[in-house]
Amino acid sequence: MKKLMKGNEALAAAAIYSGVKCFFGYPITPQTEIAAYMAKHLPKAGGVFLQAESEISAINMVYGAAGAGFRAMTSSSSPGISLKQEGISYIAGADLPCVIVNVMRAGPGLGGIQASQSDYFQAVKGGGHGDYRLLVFAPASVQEMADMTVTAFNLSDKWRIPAMILSDGVTGQMMELVDMDDLPEICRYDKPWAANGKGGRKKHNIINTLYLEPEELEAVDMEREKKYERAKAELQDWEEYMTDDAEIIVTAYGISARIARAAVNAARSEGIRAGLIRPKMLWPFPEDAYKRDVKAYLCVEMSRGQMVEDVRLAAGGARVEFYGRCGGMLVDETEILNRIKEIHDEGNI
Amino acid sequence: MKVIYEKPKSISDKTFHYCPGCGHGIAHRLVGEVMDELGIEDKTVAVVPVGCAVMAYDYFECDVMEAAHGRAPAVATGVKRCLPDKVVFSYQGDGDLAAIGTAETIHAAARGEGITVIFINNTIYGMTGGQMAPTTLPGQVTQTSPFGRDPYTQGWPLKMCEMLSTMTGPAYIERCATDTPAHIRAAKKAVKKAFTYQIERGAYSFVELLCACPTNWGMTPGEARDRVGSEMIPYYPLGIFRDICDIKEGK
Ligand SMILES: Cc1ncc(C[n+]2csc(CCOP(=O)(O)OP(=O)(O)O)c2C)c(N)n1
Ligand code: SF4
Repeated sequence: MKKLMKGNEALAAAAIYSGVKCFFGYPITPQTEIAAYMAKHLPKAGGVFLQAESEISAINMVYGAAGAGFRAMTSSSSPGISLKQEGISYIAGADLPCVIVNVMRAGPGLGGIQASQSDYFQAVKGGGHGDYRLLVFAPASVQEMADMTVTAFNLSDKWRIPAMILSDGVTGQMMELVDMDDLPEICRYDKPWAANGKGGRKKHNIINTLYLEPEELEAVDMEREKKYERAKAELQDWEEYMTDDAEIIVTAYGISARIARAAVNAARSEGIRAGLIRPKMLWPFPEDAYKRDVKAYLCVEMSRGQMVEDVRLAAGGARVEFYGRCGGMLVDETEILNRIKEIHDEGNI
Repeated sequence: MKVIYEKPKSISDKTFHYCPGCGHGIAHRLVGEVMDELGIEDKTVAVVPVGCAVMAYDYFECDVMEAAHGRAPAVATGVKRCLPDKVVFSYQGDGDLAAIGTAETIHAAARGEGITVIFINNTIYGMTGGQMAPTTLPGQVTQTSPFGRDPYTQGWPLKMCEMLSTMTGPAYIERCATDTPAHIRAAKKAVKKAFTYQIERGAYSFVELLCACPTNWGMTPGEARDRVGSEMIPYYPLGIFRDICDIKEGK
């Protein structure tokens, strides 16, 4: 049955459905509903909710819980996610699965509390130190907040790569109908590597990121890189809308994609063959979506242009334009439409 | 032939990388003996620090997690909350526990997390080559206090047992030393009591061990051992700072 839920709450409910054992949080707008929901509902489901003393502690608690073999999660918003970067790097370095939620607000610094997409670089390119990647999901609806959370737990366990749900203040706060009875299936994986007390095991398990011999660390890094390459081949995920005959393809993720879709409809009604590519995962980036014959891409983001760099790389030599708003301002349907028209009217189409 | 003294089973055969006269070796042994005596090696998860004990995962035979610098109490919290029936301890130096990890230390204690914290106070950052620690004594010369620690510009040493004993969360807090056989025996009793509090009461316990770092103090092992007694103990008095369960030793 469908019910009306906030994005943040749907995400939290889906995490409980996924069997999350622990949630470690710290208050920050606009993600606090996740912690509030967990505080109320996770203990009833046999899990642990703990408000940590900082985001640094919260992510390190995740390291401990994930290292012990349990599904663990933390959520925050941009400034708090910056604090988590140390822990995220360690989690990635120890090949631990977990889910980290960033309900993005505007930065840099304290920035503002309105929605933004300016943490794309941080999520997709690293954020913390070292060669590592996260599986990054980009929900564009309350339903996807729920669905992608289940998938994030599944894939993170399967690949032993930490997952991030890269949402934003609008998607987190808005209410929509969501079907919580039709979530993706839960997949369980054995975790023989977990440090959970030896029990009958002969050898002790060690969760570690230290390799003092450069040869050894290089080998570990290269092995992980192979896994990343496999993930790139297998996990790219995107949605297309009216792209079959499109000359101008708008590309956007999350809340921007919903607004861009309306602009694409408006362009179509004016006779312009516009379409939309919406990445559902940002890492691995859906490079394959941009291997096509098209006159121009228009990348739309709530930032000063971050994903656009990956679109340019994926699009080869194709023309890539950018339109963005920042500071907590939403992208505007009319402004997107005007950019589509400008590109269209430039005569080379 | 009767064996009267041997390596604890909970300690591996790997050769310690610690310097001669280093307190870490003694502290490891005490924890290992206690794990053996309580028969808990199979159900223990150790969380080890960034510091000279960073490679303790090679020495403890139980499961081990290597934490980021200062974060061991948070990592231990994550483990213990998932595995309340297992024994979880953190093992941390003074820079790790009382500088970069102060918040994690205090809040794990405030929550009365069911973990045991073994705190190695050697008044210096050992691993990075002898810089000033939060526990460096007034006047003590280190790489980053070359004229001696001036408390008026570089701060006063933190007395962690005293600080934590003002809190309601911890059940047992004791400071011991590793400089004489009598002190080491007392330290062993304290470590055992700390683990027992965790196992029997699910309580938070904290044992500070005053240890020597001959290398970075620029002393021979003998001189360093003597300094523990002559300079450290007067500033960091030994004793029980908090004990709310009063479990008798050996139970
Ligand atoms: C975030 C971070 N900052 C600094 C360091 C460098 N570092 C490694 S060990 C250490 C100090 C360790 O001193 P202490 O905790 O007193 O332990 P000891 O070596 O004396 O046993 C520092 C600062 C690090 N590894 N990570
Ligand atoms: S530097 Fe100091 S603390 Fe480190 S192993 Fe040597 S004596 Fe021990």
